[in-house]
Amino acid sequence: MASVTFDKATRLYPGSTRPAVDALDLDVADGEFLVLVGPSGCGKSTSLRMLAGLEEINDGRVLIGDRDVTDVPPKDRDIAMVFQNYALYPHMTVAENMGFALKIAGVSKDERATRVLEAARLLDLEPYLGRKPKALSGGQRQRVAMGRAIVRQPQVFLMDEPLSNLDAKLRVQTRTQIASLQRRLGVTTVYVTHDQTEALTMGDRIAVLKDGVLQQVGTPRDLYAAPVNVFVAGFIGSPAMNLFDVDVVDGGLKFGTAVAKVDRETLGATKAKKVTIGVRPEDVKVATSGAGLPVNVDVVEELGADGYLYGHSEIDGKRVDIVVRVDGRNHPSAGDKVFITPEPDHIHAFDTETGLRLTKKAIEAK
Amino acid sequence: MTSTPVAAPIDTDVARPGTTKTARVKKRLTSRGATIVSLIIAVLWTLPTFGLFISSFRPEEEIKGNGWWTIFANPGFTLDNYSEVLLSSSASSPQLGEYFVNSLAIAIPATIFPLVLAAMAAYAFAWIKFRGSGALFVFIFALQIVPLQLALIPLLQIFSGILQPFQESVGDALNIPTSNYLQIWIAHTIFALPLAIFLLHNFISEIPGEVIEAARVDGASHGQVFLRIIIPLAIPALASFAIFQFLWVWNDLLVALIFSGGTSEAAPLTQRLAELTGSRGQEWQRLTAAAFVSLVVPLIVFFSLQRYFVRGLLAGSTKG
Repeated sequence: MASVTFDKATRLYPGSTRPAVDALDLDVADGEFLVLVGPSGCGKSTSLRMLAGLEEINDGRVLIGDRDVTDVPPKDRDIAMVFQNYALYPHMTVAENMGFALKIAGVSKDERATRVLEAARLLDLEPYLGRKPKALSGGQRQRVAMGRAIVRQPQVFLMDEPLSNLDAKLRVQTRTQIASLQRRLGVTTVYVTHDQTEALTMGDRIAVLKDGVLQQVGTPRDLYAAPVNVFVAGFIGSPAMNLFDVDVVDGGLKFGTAVAKVDRETLGATKAKKVTIGVRPEDVKVATSGAGLPVNVDVVEELGADGYLYGHSEIDGKRVDIVVRVDGRNHPSAGDKVFITPEPDHIHAFDTETGLRLTKKAIEAK
Repeated sequence: MTSTPVAAPIDTDVARPGTTKTARVKKRLTSRGATIVSLIIAVLWTLPTFGLFISSFRPEEEIKGNGWWTIFANPGFTLDNYSEVLLSSSASSPQLGEYFVNSLAIAIPATIFPLVLAAMAAYAFAWIKFRGSGALFVFIFALQIVPLQLALIPLLQIFSGILQPFQESVGDALNIPTSNYLQIWIAHTIFALPLAIFLLHNFISEIPGEVIEAARVDGASHGQVFLRIIIPLAIPALASFAIFQFLWVWNDLLVALIFSGGTSEAAPLTQRLAELTGSRGQEWQRLTAAAFVSLVVPLIVFFSLQRYFVRGLLAGSTKG
């Protein structure tokens, strides 16, 4: 087991002018579960493949433990990887698949069998050890891919969207299993996903990437409570945070007919007349009359305990979509007009030009 | 898991079965008319072979006098043709069995050599990145354009100028007999390589990249990836190429005739069969039986390897 360090690691694909991964600086502690998350094309898979040695590193370094592995071929890095499409060896049985790395490493037959059996028990794969991958279901194949990684007892686990081919229910189930398994084994893990829910539920820490540039690294709580910029604010959380531009007025921010009070410290950070404001759906108060931002309700999604109200409003003649969490039993219905105000302690303010956070500390964290 | 703000009804345009182009083509190709047409083609195609088979059991005068379709009007059954082909021998040419061994001694190595070389080259072209690999690949396949006959004389010069003296000196030193097998093997291997590399490359490059990456992460070197992953997965392609190459070498007369040195020592079956017709071809009735004698081995090869022509060997490797 070891830590992982990206030191200004850069990957520039030939023929491209913009790096796929741009000077990535990232430290993963020993035994930590780090999730790389971002929209497709953000460089998260490339970063992982750089760590695996499957992608060349054009600039910077990658370290596993104290060892510089920048120019070390994948076979000598002592890592195990779970691929998105599992990449099982189709001509080998489950047991042979799981034991392949050990066989290559010259581990004796007896020890190989013991370790494969151990891992198979852990993953409920014992009855399938003699089967070929084609005789397995998607979930079982996924577990074999996991098993192949576990048997190795590597320094680092790399997982490239291992759940994206499972159906929704199995995905939620496997998510928990992988997270608890990782904690039990205590192996440093780098996990790539495009799904922010997976990131929030599984990771010790999350690294958000966009266009090859690292945006923010932190615990799920940090990212949710204090996103450093508009991108992270909009990416983390489901449904997404409401983000729109409002005018700065005396004593706060103009919020329809109401004024949302914001720290003087926060507004002191900018001289602009407008700021981008972010409010999470659960941090909005809904009233049928009074002061606030008028919202026309388009649709209400019923989720049982809660509901999500989707509506639109107009600010300075521009249409703004609004999502609000409402009570599941008692909520306005489509076509209604409501007035919303933000919870004063849960307003995120961002610079409209740069997109950077103005509120210095996480308000919720106090 | 993001939820869409407004669940707009999606316009589903599901194609009805039988309306797509492929479905139409498939339907036409499996119709009764198409089956009858293909049956007729198959019968027409096998008819000459069938006629040859009948002829091979007819006496010489009958074969030379009338056609095989008159078998019922001119009945006559004999195994003379087969006995002449199989058993006749002379001072200069031994019995057919010896040529059979020669043919096998030529065809088996001349199949294995290009197969091994081409599989390794195909793996390198498909999965090892190096400068100019694309251009080199195109260049190798372009060699296919050069007609085999064009290379015969230069090749013979090289063999007699360099290979033969070397072979003889080695043979003298080790005190073993040298024959001309080596020349035939090399010639067949050279001629087979461009197409073999091309065919195997196409198959090997279709193996999912993730599987090879998984093996590399699992600690396998290029050699181990090749032996443990590529070879087992490429068996259908290897088997089909092996069949083609074996049949080609087995049936070849030209290359063997030129490089065998004209002696019975290394001459294959085809060369002997050509001689059997006599110096002026007057004994051509023997060819009927000879054709079926030489057909036996290709048939065995085909039927024993054809079970590797199975699809779906890659099933279950990745999703889907």
